[in-house]
Amino acid sequence: MTRWPMLLALLAVALVAPTVVYPVLLMTVLSFIVFACSFNLLLGYAGLLCFGHAMFFGGAAYVTGWFLKTTGASIEIGILVGGLSAAALGLLVGLVAVKRSGIQFAMITFAISQFVYFVLLQAPFTGGEDGLQRIPRTALLGVVDVSKSGSLYYVVLGFTVLAVLFFYRVVHSPFGEILKAIRDNEARVESLGFRPERFKLIAFVISAGMAGVAGGLKAVAFQIATLTDVSWTVSGEVILMTLLGGLGTLAGPMVGAVIIIGLNDFLSQFGEWSLISQGVIMLVVIIFLRRGVVGEIDAFLRRKKVAPAR
Amino acid sequence: MGTTNAPAGAGDFALEARGLTKVFGGFAAVKDVNLAVRRGAIHALIGPNGAGKTTCFNLLTKTLQPTAGTILFEGEDISALRTADVARRGLVRSFQISATFPHLTVLENVRVALQSDYGRAYQFWRSLKAVEPLNKRAMQLLEEVGLAGSAHLTATELSYGKKRAMEIATTLALEPRVMLLDEPTAGMGHEDVEPITDLIRRAAQGRTVVIVEHNLSVVSSLCDRITVLQHGEVLTEGTYAEVSTNPDVVTAYMGGVDES
Repeated sequence: MTRWPMLLALLAVALVAPTVVYPVLLMTVLSFIVFACSFNLLLGYAGLLCFGHAMFFGGAAYVTGWFLKTTGASIEIGILVGGLSAAALGLLVGLVAVKRSGIQFAMITFAISQFVYFVLLQAPFTGGEDGLQRIPRTALLGVVDVSKSGSLYYVVLGFTVLAVLFFYRVVHSPFGEILKAIRDNEARVESLGFRPERFKLIAFVISAGMAGVAGGLKAVAFQIATLTDVSWTVSGEVILMTLLGGLGTLAGPMVGAVIIIGLNDFLSQFGEWSLISQGVIMLVVIIFLRRGVVGEIDAFLRRKKVAPAR
Repeated sequence: MGTTNAPAGAGDFALEARGLTKVFGGFAAVKDVNLAVRRGAIHALIGPNGAGKTTCFNLLTKTLQPTAGTILFEGEDISALRTADVARRGLVRSFQISATFPHLTVLENVRVALQSDYGRAYQFWRSLKAVEPLNKRAMQLLEEVGLAGSAHLTATELSYGKKRAMEIATTLALEPRVMLLDEPTAGMGHEDVEPITDLIRRAAQGRTVVIVEHNLSVVSSLCDRITVLQHGEVLTEGTYAEVSTNPDVVTAYMGGVDES
């Protein structure tokens, strides 16, 4: 209840942000917010560490780009097609992977993502090393012109808001309750008559699909889909964002995405320093901020709330 | 308590094991165990460390697949089924290590179990209002185990004894016909043992209970029937009075410097 004013304030900031910050940077942040939230659904709520999430993100960027280029369909259809294709890929990967857990799950997803990377490198429609270029920003719903970054930003913002509401719903649903129980104690959930692997598979498909939506958003923002978005470094980056922001919290991955993308943009002028800074941030998180930024703030507020009562 | 007036015949036994064997890499942890648990009884599996109690328990609950032998639940062969399947049929286990969902509230812990039969567990598009009708039953169950006042605490905040009580409420939520309890008083302080024993006695009303337990005073006060295992085999079976005076059992326990 007390969160609503804060959320509205945040939305207000997001609405006026393009007047201050370069819209393409903002759209990058938003697409990574969706991406990090999708990753958080898996690791934070299902306890599954996917080490190849970039295959859904980057793969969908290609699909969205290719679809918009060849069909000229309206932009929202293109983004949704990207999401659906990633969900379909997620179903295939999930069928293989969810029966395993822990490091095995991470390695299987990593191996498949490397395979997807190779396929996209070789496939004729992706443009190989050059990437898929000149992705058109077709009209929204076939009528609203969003070819300028300033207006496209609001499309991306709209998608992001819907995505975050969707994640909130999934986490606070009957399904989400079982998912959290599986994360906490899978054997017990099974002993209560559930099939945990089915829940994990559904969570995986949802997560992959939303990572795909994020990839679609990035594709229309940059008008290019590249191999970088499918690479394992992006898979690593999304892990970093989620852990930095706070695993298993709704706001955590968003905060993490803002910090990492912001830092990357700021540090890009110093070349390799952006990589070094990521390493340093990772260390700081591991040593001092186990629960991530949002997790630590939560814990701090809870302590403050409890303290006067004692 | 425990004796029922169910009709005689095959239906007398809620749970049966015939020739149950489990081999781990050449080592037979359980060898040709025959066990028949009478409907409505509280039946204990005891034995020195390494006797195969836990393996036997895990076989009965379908957590492990037997190498040989069959398991019958109310006359139906469940040897090839999985834990989740037998749970839906009414054979539900508890765990030795506290089996809670630490990040969920006490109410949610019980509600998860109630969702098992509610048909909305896969609905990720609906709000939690969809399962709120279950709260009433969950509160009832929590009241039965004396946890109604703690319903909105996170499970980690409960004391060890209360966690076990919550687990029992969670198990009862499935309305099991057979409950399998794995060392329900393990690691518990004296002050907690008595209330949990009482709780199990109440929970056993109208049910069959199989229990693996170290604490012999709990076994003596609670159980109608006791099977003693040693080296993976059944040593003897009987009432507490019979079993505790059996010279083989005494030797097994006294000389019981068994591998653990």
